[in-house]
Amino acid sequence: MRRAFDIAFAVAAGLVLAFLLLPILALFIRISPAELLDALWSDVALDALWVSLKTGLIAHFFVLLIGTPAGYFLATKRFRGRGVLITLVELPLVLPPAVAGIALLALFGRRGLLGEQLYALGITVPLTQAAVVMAVTFVAMPFYVRQAIASFETVDPALIDASRTLGASPQRTFWRVALPLSATGLGAGSALAWARGTGEFGATIMFAGSLQGLTQTMPLAIYAQLDLNPDIAIAIGALLVLVSLTVLLSVKLLPSWTRFTSISYISSAPSGSSSS
Amino acid sequence: MALVGPSGAGKSSVLRAIAGLLRPEEGRVAAGDEVWFDSAANVDVPPERRSVGLVFQEYALFPHMTVGENVAYAGPQRVDELLELLAITPLRDARPGELSGGERQRVALARALARDPAVLLLDEPLAALDAHTRARVRAELGELLARLRLPTLLVTHDFQDAAALAPRIGVVVEGRIVQEGTAPELVAGPTSPFVADFTGGNLLRGVARPGDSGLTEVTLEDGTRIFSTDPLEGHVGAVVYPWEVAVAREAATDSAQNHVAGPIVSLVPVANRVRVRVGPMTAEITQASAERLALRQGEPVVASFKATGTRLVPL
Repeated sequence: MRRAFDIAFAVAAGLVLAFLLLPILALFIRISPAELLDALWSDVALDALWVSLKTGLIAHFFVLLIGTPAGYFLATKRFRGRGVLITLVELPLVLPPAVAGIALLALFGRRGLLGEQLYALGITVPLTQAAVVMAVTFVAMPFYVRQAIASFETVDPALIDASRTLGASPQRTFWRVALPLSATGLGAGSALAWARGTGEFGATIMFAGSLQGLTQTMPLAIYAQLDLNPDIAIAIGALLVLVSLTVLLSVKLLPSWTRFTSISYISSAPSGSSSS
Repeated sequence: MALVGPSGAGKSSVLRAIAGLLRPEEGRVAAGDEVWFDSAANVDVPPERRSVGLVFQEYALFPHMTVGENVAYAGPQRVDELLELLAITPLRDARPGELSGGERQRVALARALARDPAVLLLDEPLAALDAHTRARVRAELGELLARLRLPTLLVTHDFQDAAALAPRIGVVVEGRIVQEGTAPELVAGPTSPFVADFTGGNLLRGVARPGDSGLTEVTLEDGTRIFSTDPLEGHVGAVVYPWEVAVAREAATDSAQNHVAGPIVSLVPVANRVRVRVGPMTAEITQASAERLALRQGEPVVASFKATGTRLVPL
């Protein structure tokens, strides 16, 4: 009886793994490595790679630049409505990407809330590379901020106090104590945000379109090439698998880099959602 | 000076208020001529501009920095000298995680002193240590404080620690200093049950009235009558220190006026002494005496103490 129970559970685990991994494996088996490299060398793939890299890096720069201080603020300041604010920051995490796309259009589109004024000034956001950056930032930012809040919250407040009584200003305390002690957690958040940003599809295609060499990122190129040249689609897919695997491994290995604390870095939701 | 009191009495808050980590509702904090906080004048100097050296209860060493970097954080000029002073030069490149409790405390002290503070604040400096290292670290800390000649305010819940480390002690209860003095002064004349309790005295509750021959007669809750030379009436606490209580098989006819009889509740050896609990009170006798009397738990004995050693405090 016990044995049958164990076998049934092992079979379930096997099914899950097979269902998740076989399709990914198929990507690499469908075409030979030579064909794969060939396909990646095509204009479409190279353009998509370039657009993804450029918009991804710019978006990531903004995510880190704005997300880090925002996370620190939400993690350390106690004020009314803090819990609500943190929940709102997390909202895009659960929002369908298509909704993100239509929402960005509603604000920045030609008939949008801000778009109308911007258009009058001669600025058009939709269907530009800036739109890609905005779409990617929109979906990736919550991943990073959420992790940043959790990381900053694990820093012992006594260390912050100690820094201040040792003559350090709040700025110096942030750079020398809070940031280094949260570095591993922030790194994990950064990797997750990057992964989410690289895979962005729905919001980008609605808000920025799919123009080769301009707004067509790798996921969009996969979709565009599906009927035209499946080999290219598969090749880009395989490349994205490798990128994702790198991100996953770096997140898994991050905690072992720093031995001075024993905090688990992919932590649960920030505590703010339950307190005010 | 030391502030002693039960946990939650507001001792640590005093230190935090002085350091600027906590903003009092009203009051004034000044070091010499320098005003750091004055609610009336709306002065509130940020912590980094107050010349304090605060040693935190759990030491709060920066885990990502070496010992040397921790000490250099406040000021790089005196690092060598301070590491030398606290005998931690060999630990310079170690991280706090590799240190023992006593070593951590010395690093925390060195770091607090690196700023050349006008005042040293110690929050429960011995609480994070195990009983084994505590006595040694207490002695070392006492020597260091004597050598530093720096105004020091330390906070502890342990009267023995305070007595060993500070010439003056303030007893804090519910945010107020209820009595202040040297350790012998507090032991000799506690003015409240809290102080009596904190200085390690037995507190026996009872009702006092003037008795014969100028003594005060106190009827304890269990009906036992004892005498004191302190003049007081009404509900009182009689304070007797354990080292002033003798234990015997039966009440002797000597100069001791007070006798409390009862079975031995517990016998706890402490170093070369034995703490004997008899009814409501604790006596401290030598190991030798305990062996000579062959004391056993549950056996009836009499605890005797003199009327002159029985202080009365109002309840």
